[in-house]
Amino acid sequence: MDILVCVKRVPTVGGKIAVTPDGQEVDTRMSGFTISPHEECAVEEAVQITERLGGTVSVLTLGPEAAIDQLRDALALGAGRAVLLETDGREFGPAATAAAIAAEVRSHGYDLVLLGNEASDTGDYQVGIRLAHALGWPVATGIKNLTTSADGAVARREYRGTEESYELPLPAVITVKEGINLPRYPSLPGRLRAKRAPVERSAPAWQPEGLRKQALRVPAVAGHQAVILGRGVDAVPELLRVLGELGVL
Amino acid sequence: MTSPGDAPARASAVVIGAGIVGNSLVHHLALLGWRDLVLVDKGPMPNPGGSTGHASNFIFPIEYSKMMFELTRDSTEQYRELGVFTQSGGIEVARTQARMHELRRRCSQAKAWGIPAELLSPGEVGKLVPYLDESVIGGGAHFPTVGVVDSLRAGTLMREQAQRSGTLAVLAGTEVHGISVAAGRVRAVATSAGEIETDNAVICCGVWSPRIARMAGARLALTPVVHQMISVGPITLFADTPGEISYPIVRDVDTNMYERQHGGDMEVGSYAHRPIIVPPDEIPSIEQSAASPTELPFTADDFDPQLAQALELMPDLLGDERAGIRYAINGLISMTPDGHPVLGELPEVRGLWSAAASWIKEGPGCGRAVAELMSGRVPTVDVHEADAARFYPHQRTVAHVRARACEGFNKMYGIVHPAEQWESERPVRVSPVQERERELGAVFFETAGWERPHWYASNSAVCDRYAGRLMERPAEWDSRWWSPIINAEHLAMRDACALVDLSAFAVLEISGPAALQAVQTLSVAQLNVAAGRVVYTSWLDDDGGFRADLTVMRLGEDRFRVVTGGATGMSDAAWVSGHLPPGAFLADLTSAWTTIGLWGPRARDVLASVTADDVSHDGFGFGTCREIEVGGVVVLASRISYVGELGWELHVPIEQGLRVWDTVWAAGRPQGLIPAGIGVYGTTGRLEKGYRAFGFELTQEYTLPEAGMTRPKVKEQPFIGKEAYLRQRAEPPCAVLCTLTVDSHASADGTLRYMLGGEPVLSPGGERLTDAKGRPSYVTSVGSAPSLGKHLLMAYLPAGHAVEGSTLAVEYLGDRYPVTVAVAGSRPLFDPSNERVRS
Amino acid sequence: MTALCLVELDGGAPADASLRALTLARSLDGEVGAVVFGDAAPEEALADCGVSDAYVIERSAVEGYAPAAWARVLAGLIADTGATAVLAAGTDRGQEVLAHLGAITGLPMAANCVQIVPDGPGMHRVVRQRWAGLLLEDAILEAPAALVTVAADAVAGVSAALPPGGATRGPASIRVHLHKPELADADLRVRAAESPAAAGGMSLATARVVVGGGRGVGGPGGFAALEELADLLGGVVGVSRVVTSEGWRPHSQQVGQTGTKITPEVYLACGISGAIQHIAGCAGARHLIAINTDSGAPILARADYAVIGDLHQVVPALVAALRARREPDAGAAGSV
Repeated sequence: MDILVCVKRVPTVGGKIAVTPDGQEVDTRMSGFTISPHEECAVEEAVQITERLGGTVSVLTLGPEAAIDQLRDALALGAGRAVLLETDGREFGPAATAAAIAAEVRSHGYDLVLLGNEASDTGDYQVGIRLAHALGWPVATGIKNLTTSADGAVARREYRGTEESYELPLPAVITVKEGINLPRYPSLPGRLRAKRAPVERSAPAWQPEGLRKQALRVPAVAGHQAVILGRGVDAVPELLRVLGELGVL
Repeated sequence: MTSPGDAPARASAVVIGAGIVGNSLVHHLALLGWRDLVLVDKGPMPNPGGSTGHASNFIFPIEYSKMMFELTRDSTEQYRELGVFTQSGGIEVARTQARMHELRRRCSQAKAWGIPAELLSPGEVGKLVPYLDESVIGGGAHFPTVGVVDSLRAGTLMREQAQRSGTLAVLAGTEVHGISVAAGRVRAVATSAGEIETDNAVICCGVWSPRIARMAGARLALTPVVHQMISVGPITLFADTPGEISYPIVRDVDTNMYERQHGGDMEVGSYAHRPIIVPPDEIPSIEQSAASPTELPFTADDFDPQLAQALELMPDLLGDERAGIRYAINGLISMTPDGHPVLGELPEVRGLWSAAASWIKEGPGCGRAVAELMSGRVPTVDVHEADAARFYPHQRTVAHVRARACEGFNKMYGIVHPAEQWESERPVRVSPVQERERELGAVFFETAGWERPHWYASNSAVCDRYAGRLMERPAEWDSRWWSPIINAEHLAMRDACALVDLSAFAVLEISGPAALQAVQTLSVAQLNVAAGRVVYTSWLDDDGGFRADLTVMRLGEDRFRVVTGGATGMSDAAWVSGHLPPGAFLADLTSAWTTIGLWGPRARDVLASVTADDVSHDGFGFGTCREIEVGGVVVLASRISYVGELGWELHVPIEQGLRVWDTVWAAGRPQGLIPAGIGVYGTTGRLEKGYRAFGFELTQEYTLPEAGMTRPKVKEQPFIGKEAYLRQRAEPPCAVLCTLTVDSHASADGTLRYMLGGEPVLSPGGERLTDAKGRPSYVTSVGSAPSLGKHLLMAYLPAGHAVEGSTLAVEYLGDRYPVTVAVAGSRPLFDPSNERVRS
Repeated sequence: MTALCLVELDGGAPADASLRALTLARSLDGEVGAVVFGDAAPEEALADCGVSDAYVIERSAVEGYAPAAWARVLAGLIADTGATAVLAAGTDRGQEVLAHLGAITGLPMAANCVQIVPDGPGMHRVVRQRWAGLLLEDAILEAPAALVTVAADAVAGVSAALPPGGATRGPASIRVHLHKPELADADLRVRAAESPAAAGGMSLATARVVVGGGRGVGGPGGFAALEELADLLGGVVGVSRVVTSEGWRPHSQQVGQTGTKITPEVYLACGISGAIQHIAGCAGARHLIAINTDSGAPILARADYAVIGDLHQVVPALVAALRARREPDAGAAGSV
């Protein structure tokens, strides 16, 4: 089975997220970059599927040249081939992203495309679905349990206390969520293989979209200090009183 | 987190930073009787997010620097007492022949300090570290007392001890906003919990220290540098081992890496990558950090080359596909221009203390030392090489600190020759005669930023004259940063005369109505002498240890000029200004005066030919100074000598230095005058005369009687250390400073080897020698004595062994060499009656 | 028709998240049509929320949940009603259906909006969440019909948003349209087969009380006390990301950016430092109480109340006290 996993380079945020003075970007002076957690799980899932069924795992990212770091991270986890859809620094909207990925999928041919349910930075929740429509493939999203065989996949997720299960013929697009597996850490030999692996490149064209970012900002949080109810077990009576006041007793 | 108003209004000291150093400091201050202490940190307890929190926490006891060894030893003992030390043993492995040589040197140094150490064959290493590929290495050095510590726990225990004694208030989550200074003294520390009035602010802020120092207008010579570390696991072999560590820590020093078991994981750290400097202002805040402010995002590209080398050494263990890189950081650590911590009061502001640039292995020792300094005590460990006041202004610039940190970073596990010179940020301080020196082929060594000729290539012609007497060194290591030309210059000086550029001298002037009182208080020697006298004196600390060793010229009723070594000039100036009575003033004239030395049997003839002033023995006696005219320049000539020859220091206004040099040079050449470098002035000349040097023989640990420098009488007037000195005089010395000669230089393989300093002195049977106070005997100074045809060593020997003519041994690079005690005491081997100096 | 709003049902009534979506739909100052997949619309409730028209898609047309089919229905309704905005809750289904709708119609979609304001023909100004709400984006949405999902944790439910005794319409005023669309097989290719979830029990996303546990719990064994506390408070346990990545608890209990976003009345965070990834998941809690040994922990800057102390002491004491309230006799014997 030939699987494509799409990952995105996003800043590693700490206790606080800040925006550049022009309001256009997240301030990354102090942060590193990583793959969105959902996508780490997508890579792991793909590697596990090919460990079982055989086949190849390719990893793709759409982003600046520096996103090769994230491709190598995925290669170190077991992907065997890497594709960089290089951007000129502009943020691609979800439709343009899906179109660029669709072109790669058509030219190479895959049985399964895995994505994260949503990118942790833009949170558009639609690239996988737009990709599926562009390809005419079935799609399931938000998946936390996946059973794959040569001819199809059963994808499951939980919704309002019930389990939803989707049967999909292949080829298909599936977006996954953290929790579907526990992703492995890169091994030293894996990291060295990743270092040596070539990266295929192309440069899709940016296109305007109907949703246009004006500015980013940090929402105002009431700058309050918690009321200290006390220390240790001595605080329990006061805690009880507050819980009562809040109407949950 | 605290709120405004939570801070106490007053404190005896505000300690800023609750890492291992700050916690240790409050603990020791409390033990020393301090009350009303405040410990502030912007982060939470017990891990506020500094370098302590991500340290790999292992301690190798071996250090070449005695101070660093002692600080590490003291710290290890404190960790042991706190119950947070686990001994694991450690092995440094060699992949090259040069490294095997280095490991022999390290084992010999370990012997000098009394650290257990042994050389191992690859097979023996493999027995201790079964997962290491023996075929990659040529051997190893095993240090069984290596261990790991829980530094966060240690800090917590020490902090809580101080808290329990009721002397300490801890303000976590409290940011320091400013340090207010009035009339050159710390007045208060402003924090997010309110302002705290205090006389003492202590910077224990690790990588943030320069930022905090700047709040008080001080510059602290420290920069944060990245040290990369990864943690790989789970390691199958470690699954069932008890506790944190069961295998020795491996330092793969040729690749600048270490591998250290940490529970089920293997930590792999590197000092091999490009130096990555992070300016203190660019350290993220706690909120901005994904992990902690000092655990920056890992830059994998920098570490990748190391992975292959780690795999080579431990192929099965680290090559396990099931073991993953679970944690990887660019950890921030502190580095200074010379690799030593920054301890003590900063020279710019009274009451502003630094306990910075201390790593885990030195932390508790540094805390103790600074607590003792703050309490006006002589610190248990001699930390003068870490004196916060030691840096010259240029050494505290951002450019200098960064350049030297970068240069030092990759030397962390390097093979560093004891005389190795820095390459970056040179030249900075140049003498007025530097052009002449370049023309003469000077080979420059750096001291305190000064470029000093160590020898002159143009003197290779002189070598021919002394062929057979140059004591050449066949082994490359022994002759690195050395030249036989030094010995030729020495012999030429003894035969005729030499001109020596001494611009690096620090020149301090103490003046004012209380100037005499000031110098009397500082000096052991009598300074109430006639104007025009030059006095050689030691300065002592309260316990009678050496604080400085220098000469003082009395230039007038209220004016004294102190001439001291460039390396200690800043510390000495700080010591003076800390002890000035009202009415005495200190001026640093170093940049105003150059010094040219002229010594040798023909020195008088040369000087007389360029001055009309009387320079005869009767007209210009030894130990006097006076202004004379030399070729149209007024020169302050001072008749003293550190090389045991007739001659003068010529003190010249710096812009006129070149003219005086040229005048003396032209007159001297026909008389056989040659230029001589510091190799002669600092080593060969002084060793033949048995002259002691501050920092080598003269340290805080030894006394005037032990150094053989007792004078018949003790001056009536009080001086610092007098009481201790009187006590020392009354007791028989516990150790005696001796001069030793080497009986055979032949190594085990027959090569003639010449030791370079620091080596252990052993009994003929190879036992370490220690005196009744536990102090080991090791070589303090060493060098050629070309006039004697001997390689001379100085060492303190236990009184019982300080017997002239007796035979001992010195271990050098693993081999033992027989030596003879030539002198017990200060008698010179060359010209013992000092006729030359006084002729 | 100005806005269509996909209303999900929870036990026959509009789901809480959909009420929040209706808040934004109403803010557009026009008629709001609710689209309900099921046999009947909760007419009274919808009318209370200011809905003028209900489009009920009968089971005979679409059996169960089929995202592409639902989107196809909405596409048809846009054409039929001339709606200039289509809204849905920012739930798995809401996001999914609107994304399909965007793909089918070629329209852009703005996910997790907290505000939408018309700005001339074919234009809206929206404020939407990025980084799971840690950042807000001011954006322009240019489209003949604005496709918008609504951030569940940042918009109040519509009933609460109405003025007291305000302009609700009586049930009589709502127009119900039974709608039976024509659907292609392709649209029905992917559909959910539903079965009760293995875990069962109360949903983290909708629980009224959540007891959170983080690294401070110390290991898998420490959660029994939290479960007991949650039980006594009628709530459920949620955990931080470190707890699931350490394998102490299943991922389904994770509160955070990559887990569940919660909107309880009270969130009691025990031994949770307050990493930003976690804050993204619990920012929608009405009241936050932290139990933490570290008074400097970031969670305290978000908490309304805090107890400084070790959860291993405080939680058992609280459990005992709660039990004592329930069974006064037993409480007299026990001590806190």
